[in-house]
Amino acid sequence: MMRTSDDILPVVGLEIHVELATATKLFCRCRNTFGDPPNTHVCPVCIGLPGALPVMNRRAVELSMKVGLALDCKVADYTKWDRKNYYYPDLPKNYQISQYDLPLAADGRLEIPLSDGSTHVVRVLRAHLEEDAGKNIHAAAAHTGVDLNRSCVPLLEIVSEPDMHSVEQVLGYARAMHRLVRWLGASEANMQMGQMRFEPNVNLRIKRGDVEFRTPIAEIKNLNSFRALERTVAFEIDRQYAAWLEDPEGFSIDKLGKQNRGYDDDREQTVFQREKEEAHDYRYFPDPDLAPVVMDKSWRDSVAAEIGELPLARWKRYTEDYSLSPEEADALTQDPETGDILDEAVDTGADARRGVNLLLGRGAALANERGCAIAAVGVTGGQLGELVKMQDAGEVNATAAARIFDILTETDQSPREVAEREGLLAVSDSNQIEQWVEQVIEASPQAVEDATGGGKKQKGAFGFLTGQVMQLSKGAAQPQEVQQILRQKLGL
Amino acid sequence: MTDITELSAVELRDAITAGDISAVAAAEAYLEAIDRIDPRLHAYNEVHRDRAMERASDIDRRLSAGERPGPLAGVPVALKDNLCTAYGRTTCSSAILADYRSPFTATAVRKLEDAGAIVLGKTNLDEFAMGSTTETSATGPTLNPWDTGRVPGGSSGGSAAAVSAGICAAALGSDTGGSIRQPAAFCGVVGFRPTYGRVSRYGVVTYGSSLDQVGPLARDVSDCALLTAAISGHDPADSTSVPADVPDYPATVDTPLENLKIGVVREFLSDSLDADIRQAIDSAAETYASLGAEVREVSLPYSAIDRDDEGNISSHAVACYYIVAMAEASSNLARFDGVHFGHRTAERVRDIVELYSRTRAEGFGDEVKRRVMLGTYTLSAGYYDAYYNKAMKVRRLIHRDFERAFETVDVLLGPVAPTVAYRLGEKADNPLQMYLGDIYTISVNLAGLPGLSIPGGVSKAGLPLGIQLIGPVFSEQTLLRAGHMFEQASGIRRLRPDLAGT
Ligand SMILES: [Zn+2]
Repeated sequence: MMRTSDDILPVVGLEIHVELATATKLFCRCRNTFGDPPNTHVCPVCIGLPGALPVMNRRAVELSMKVGLALDCKVADYTKWDRKNYYYPDLPKNYQISQYDLPLAADGRLEIPLSDGSTHVVRVLRAHLEEDAGKNIHAAAAHTGVDLNRSCVPLLEIVSEPDMHSVEQVLGYARAMHRLVRWLGASEANMQMGQMRFEPNVNLRIKRGDVEFRTPIAEIKNLNSFRALERTVAFEIDRQYAAWLEDPEGFSIDKLGKQNRGYDDDREQTVFQREKEEAHDYRYFPDPDLAPVVMDKSWRDSVAAEIGELPLARWKRYTEDYSLSPEEADALTQDPETGDILDEAVDTGADARRGVNLLLGRGAALANERGCAIAAVGVTGGQLGELVKMQDAGEVNATAAARIFDILTETDQSPREVAEREGLLAVSDSNQIEQWVEQVIEASPQAVEDATGGGKKQKGAFGFLTGQVMQLSKGAAQPQEVQQILRQKLGL
Repeated sequence: MTDITELSAVELRDAITAGDISAVAAAEAYLEAIDRIDPRLHAYNEVHRDRAMERASDIDRRLSAGERPGPLAGVPVALKDNLCTAYGRTTCSSAILADYRSPFTATAVRKLEDAGAIVLGKTNLDEFAMGSTTETSATGPTLNPWDTGRVPGGSSGGSAAAVSAGICAAALGSDTGGSIRQPAAFCGVVGFRPTYGRVSRYGVVTYGSSLDQVGPLARDVSDCALLTAAISGHDPADSTSVPADVPDYPATVDTPLENLKIGVVREFLSDSLDADIRQAIDSAAETYASLGAEVREVSLPYSAIDRDDEGNISSHAVACYYIVAMAEASSNLARFDGVHFGHRTAERVRDIVELYSRTRAEGFGDEVKRRVMLGTYTLSAGYYDAYYNKAMKVRRLIHRDFERAFETVDVLLGPVAPTVAYRLGEKADNPLQMYLGDIYTISVNLAGLPGLSIPGGVSKAGLPLGIQLIGPVFSEQTLLRAGHMFEQASGIRRLRPDLAGT
C-alpha cells in the first residue's frame, strides 16, 4: 500500500464494558455467577415479571466508585437511574436500567505504560453503571431460547476519549484497564466469560500536503478478547486507508458519519452492518422505581480508603527505586499481592534485587507449573525477606536459596528452620569440606586422573568433582571454597 | 340472627375474635352473597372459593387454640385484580394477562393476610387501571350497585362496587390518579389513598410508578383505619417505600381533633362542579365549623381549571398528570410482549418485531394503546423537553401550591369528582372529557399526598356524593380522625344501595 506521501494518524476511542464481581445482581438478590445451567439464577425482578421492583445493590455502586476514583474521575455527589427503552428478547422489561445524563464518574484519565518504558495518557469521558441483558441462545433452527442468568448483572461502562493513535496504545489501554479492575477487585474481567467486552471506534486523520482528510468513524461492537481488539483495530486502519485512497473526497466523515461494523472472527475482519432505518431513540427518562443515589463525602472517602497503590504507580516505583526493567516491573504488577510480598520483604531490610530474582525465578516457575499467580505459590513477604537476608549474609548460597524457596511454598516454617532441617546452611567448616573432598577423590579415580592429566578432559573432570562435593554437601558448601580445597588436594 | 354481611369489618372482627361468629360462617355468608349479587354487577373477575374456606377454617382453628390471628381475623376482603397473588390469576382485566399466574404475592396483600384477612377474590378494574369507569376492562364493565345503568367509577370500580354491594367486608384498590377515591365516591363508600411510599408497591402491576399507591375501600372510616394500618409500613423490596413508623390508626380514629383548620380550595368550587356536590361540600364545611374547626378558603393555582373564550376547558394538573402517567406507562407496559409471559399471538410471524406488534395489538385494548402511544410520543427525542420535562416542572409547582396551603391549614376539603357516577358509555367516546373528570384527584397523586374520599350525602337523583379530605405527607392519622368526626357528626355513613331494584 502507498503510504509514503500521506501522514496518517489513527484516532481510536474505546468503550469497555466490565461486569462487576458482586456476590449478587444489581437490582435483585440472585447470585451473580457464570456458567450454570440457563435460568437457574433468576427471580421476578430479573425476569421482569409484572409487579416486581428493583432494589439497588450498594456494593455495585461502591465498586464503580472505586474504579472511578482509581481512574482519577470526578465521582458525582449525586446520581440517578434512567430507563433506556428498546425492545429485545434478552431484555425482559424491554428497558434497561442505566445512567444517562448523570454518570457515576466522569472526566478521568488512565496513564498506560508503553513498551519503550514511556507512558501515554488516555482521558476517560465517563463511567456509568447499568444492568446487563440476558443472552439469546440459538439452540435449534427456528427456535431461540433466552438465558436470563446474566440479566441484571452489574455492568460498568467506561468510555474513553478518542486519545489512542496506534494499535499498541489501544492494546496498552485495554490491558491496563483489565489489570486495574482486577487489581481493585472490581471485576474478574474474564474475557471467555464475557466479563470484559470492547467496543472500539476508529477513524483516520490523513494529511496529504496541507490538506487534512478525516475518514468515517467505524464503531465495532462486542469484542471479547485482546486478540480480536488488536486485529480489529489494525484491520480497520488498513481498510479505511484503502477505502480513502479509492475515493478521498467521498470516503469522509462529513459525508458518511458513523458506521456500525461487526467483527467476523473466522475471516478476521470487520463487516459492515446495515444501518437501522432511523436512528435509535432510546427515550431515556429517570426510573421512577428507584431513588437517586447520594454519594456523600464520607461514603466516597471510605471507598477511597479501600484503594491502595495503583499498578502504574507501583510499576514506576519499581523501575525507579528498585531499578527493575520495564518487563520485570510489569511482571510484578499483574496483581497487587505479588508486589506486596516483595515490598514486605524489602521492608524487613532485604535486598530488592535478590528478592525479585527469587520471585521472578523460582516464584514464576512454580506459578507456571501450578497455573497460579506468583503470589499464590505460598511464600510470604516475611519468609522472602529472611531468605534474602540469609543469602546476603552468605548463610545460604543461591542454589540453596532456590531450594529453600521451593520448600517454603509448602510450610509456615522460617527459612532458617528449613535450612537447618534440610542441612542447607552454608558450610564454611574447612575440615568438613576436606573430608568430603577426600571422599570424592577416593570414589572417582578416573575423574582424578583426567583432572590432573592436563588434557582436553581436565576442565570437565574438575567440574564433575566439584559437583560431586557440592552434592555431598547438599548445596550447603560454598563452591569457591570447595574448588580451592580440591585444587590443593589434587596439587593443581 | 344478624346478617353477617351487614357488619362492618371492625364489628365482624370483634364477633369472630369473641367466638360469636365463626370465620367459616363469615366466609360462607360472603360467598353466598357473591353468588346472589355479583352476576348482576360483575364486581369480581375471579372468586377464590376453596382457598377462602380453607383460610377461614384455619382462622377458626387458631382461635380455638387460643391464638390471636390478628386485627383482621376472619374478615373477608376483595383485591383489585392488579395486585399480584401467588394463587389464582392476576389479569389486570387485560387480555394480555388473561391466564397469567404470578409466582408471588404483593406485599400489601401478604400483610393483609398476615393480619388475618380472608381473600374472597380479585375484582374488576379498567384495563391496567387505565380509566375512570371500569369500562375499559377486557372482562366487561362493572355496574354501579346504586344504579346499574351507571358506572361504578374507576379504575378500582370492582372493589368499590363490591364494598358498596356488601359482597366483601372491605377491599384493596390502587390509586394512580384517583382510582380509589373516585369509585368510592361513585359507590358511596370510603376510599383512602395513603401518602406515596406509605404502602409498598411491590406486587402491584405498575401503571404510573411515581403515582401509584395501594389503599383500602371500606364501609366506614374506622374500617378504613383498620385496613390502612394493616397494609402500611416500610418494605425493603420497594425502594420508594418510606422507612417511617406507622401510627396506630385504629386506636386514634375516634378521637376528635382539636383546633382543626380546614381549607376549602377556591379553584375546586368552579361552575364545572355539580350543584349537588357543591352543596355537599358547603354542608361538610358547616359541619366542621359546628365542631369547632376553623374553615377558610385556600388557593391551589396550578390545580385550577382554565376556560378559554370558546368555553374549552383545560388544566395544568390534568395535562401534567397525563404526560407523566402515560410516559411511565409506555415504559412499564413494554414488558408485555409475548416473549416471557402472558398472551402471545397464535399467528405465524416473520420475525420478532411482528411477534411483538401482533401480540400487543391483540392483547391490549384501545385505552391502553392510546396511553402507550401518547407516552411513547412524549418521551421521544425532540419532544421530551416540551412534554415530559415541562410536566416535571409543573409537578413541582403543584407540589409547592400544596406546601403553601398546608402552612395555614391542616386539611383541605373539596370534591372528589365533578359529577355523580356517569351513565354507562357516557364518557367512552370522549377520552378528554373522561380525563378532565380526574381534575380533583390527580393533583394529590402528583404531589404524593394522602387523600380520603368519604360519602357526603346522596344526590336528589339518589346517587352518592363524595367529598375529599387532603392532607400533607404522612398525615393519614389526621385525615382518618377528621373523616371520622364528619361521619359521626353528619350521620352520613354506611350508605347502602337498594339492591332489590338492580
Ligand atoms: Zn433476580
